[in-house]
Amino acid sequence: MPKLSYLKALNRALGDELDRDPDVFLLGEDIRAAASNLTAGLFTRFGPDRVLDTPLSEQAFTNFATGAALAGLRPVIEFQIPSLLFLVFEQIANQAHKFSLMTGGQCKVPVTYVVPGSGSRTGWAGQHSDHPYSLFAHVGVKTVVPATPADAYGLLLSAIRDDDPVVVFAPSGALGVRDDVDFATLRPVPLGLGRIARAGSDVTVVALGHLVQDALAVADELAGEASVEVFDPRTVYPLDVDGLAASVARTRRLVVIDDSNRTSGFGAEVLAVAAERFDLDAPPRRVTRPDGAVLPFALALDRAVQPGRDDLLEAIRGVLTEGGRQ
Amino acid sequence: MSTVDLYRTVRLIRRFEERAIEFVRSGEIVGGIHPYVGQEAVAAGVCAALRPDDLITSTHRGHGHVLAKGVNPARMFAELMGRESGLNKGRGGSMHAADLSLGILGANAIVGAAGAIATGAAWAQRRRGRSTVAVSFFGDGAVNEGMLLEAFNLASLWRVPVLFVCENNGYATTMPVHSAVAGSITGRAKAFGIPAFSIDGQDPEKVLAATTAAVDRARAGKGPTFLECRTYRFDAHHTFEHRARLNYRSTEELSTGRSRDPVEIQGARLAAEDRTAVDAEVEALLDAAAGIALGSAHPDPAAALEYLYATPMPGLRR
Repeated sequence: MPKLSYLKALNRALGDELDRDPDVFLLGEDIRAAASNLTAGLFTRFGPDRVLDTPLSEQAFTNFATGAALAGLRPVIEFQIPSLLFLVFEQIANQAHKFSLMTGGQCKVPVTYVVPGSGSRTGWAGQHSDHPYSLFAHVGVKTVVPATPADAYGLLLSAIRDDDPVVVFAPSGALGVRDDVDFATLRPVPLGLGRIARAGSDVTVVALGHLVQDALAVADELAGEASVEVFDPRTVYPLDVDGLAASVARTRRLVVIDDSNRTSGFGAEVLAVAAERFDLDAPPRRVTRPDGAVLPFALALDRAVQPGRDDLLEAIRGVLTEGGRQ
Repeated sequence: MSTVDLYRTVRLIRRFEERAIEFVRSGEIVGGIHPYVGQEAVAAGVCAALRPDDLITSTHRGHGHVLAKGVNPARMFAELMGRESGLNKGRGGSMHAADLSLGILGANAIVGAAGAIATGAAWAQRRRGRSTVAVSFFGDGAVNEGMLLEAFNLASLWRVPVLFVCENNGYATTMPVHSAVAGSITGRAKAFGIPAFSIDGQDPEKVLAATTAAVDRARAGKGPTFLECRTYRFDAHHTFEHRARLNYRSTEELSTGRSRDPVEIQGARLAAEDRTAVDAEVEALLDAAAGIALGSAHPDPAAALEYLYATPMPGLRR
């Protein structure tokens, strides 16, 4: 079976959608030359009207995409740097997202925002290493963080076909993941539907994006002492609460690992849902970036503020020993 | 568009706004409005040069633009009053009035934001093989917003069929232009290679002539034009000023500014009996419109977040 990398899966999804739907077009910085490799080969295949290389004008080209969407097209914007989403937060949260309600449903704004290389990019320091998916979830913009090549393909396809704005975070730590994939099985993955990445019976670990690999590795490491289920929500917003509830109903224990800062992050939301809805045998735990974290440059410092496998291992053991299991 | 049609438009906007101010005072409109009184010639002249399928984006001071583009005054009153029969079903209000069926991509409450939206929409229409143009209205305050200047660059670079119409009414809220704008307003557009003209924004005929030339140029594939329409806001920045009594314009200045009234300028071009007939027609239209709006249903609070998403999602929690 052929190998498909996560980044190549995103590239393939863009190519397939450009091919299928003449209303789809790409815009962003350095996408003609494919500096991030996301758009490799697409300019040659589809030309300058479908692959629109833009000047460094993020706020204008984000609103430009909203205008193009109002006129019937389906723009896909690439942001090479996750922190650029802070610069265009107004254009996404306050413009694109609000048109449907504010116009009483007269229009739709089907724009997709893709960040190939979100989170720490190892050595890119404070202003290039954020992972602001929780912010978009908070304001109600549909937000996905795929973990596998097949999901990267399928979720990006669904994001482009959705009639609302959707932000797609492709974590830097996941771009190099390669899986055996039968291309004939690639298909859209619905937004808002999680998956069980590994079945288990003692504890549910919620993990997104590149952290799914970490959760699977920790689950393997713990195989002799506990049966760990890994739940990958795939979509941060809306969260698949029913899927998570079904998993927790089996395991009655919960840990979430989340590459957001702690306060008001995705992990906090998962724990709030647990407090409201789940019957647990031990208090749930979250493994996150620290409050207010700014990623420092030096490698050891960068790693120190990211949620890691050791922290996750400790949190899992913690919930297993509480509540009378051991 | 005939002399009488232009008069009808400026008169309609004036009387609509005066009635809307009354509805603010009586409490039928909550949140207040940004009155367009004094600037009617800009909306009337610009929209008279457009086809029904041309696009506009509007501003927080946008009632004139949407009326001139052809919205039903009853549905506009109803929107201002937050009624279900409003243009936006009561979900947008004064600062977000939109009618996509008339090419009105919405009034936008963030100053300078819509320049790029209009540019993107115009670019998309051209890509889809249409010959439509888009007009983005904004005030003098917007020329100091970076994203608008970025939009000028994109529009000029890609020769987008868009018109940038700056209504220079002298003030960004209370900030006078001369204290806010270094260089000149038209100089900003010229820096990006966009032809820019400063015109008398109190005379609908002059605005119509300048816009017609700009629209022709855009349809011919020659790219954007920038029009600075020199105008004057006769009333408050926002109706809150009627009670706040902010002191930033002298009575002498107000008197001079109001002396060039677009309704009078255009009205003087009509025979007295024709003008009287149009005035009566406008009053009858607005009487009926206000009656319809006042009789319209209020939205159901249970539907407060209807229309939030175009593609409804499973799993959204309330």
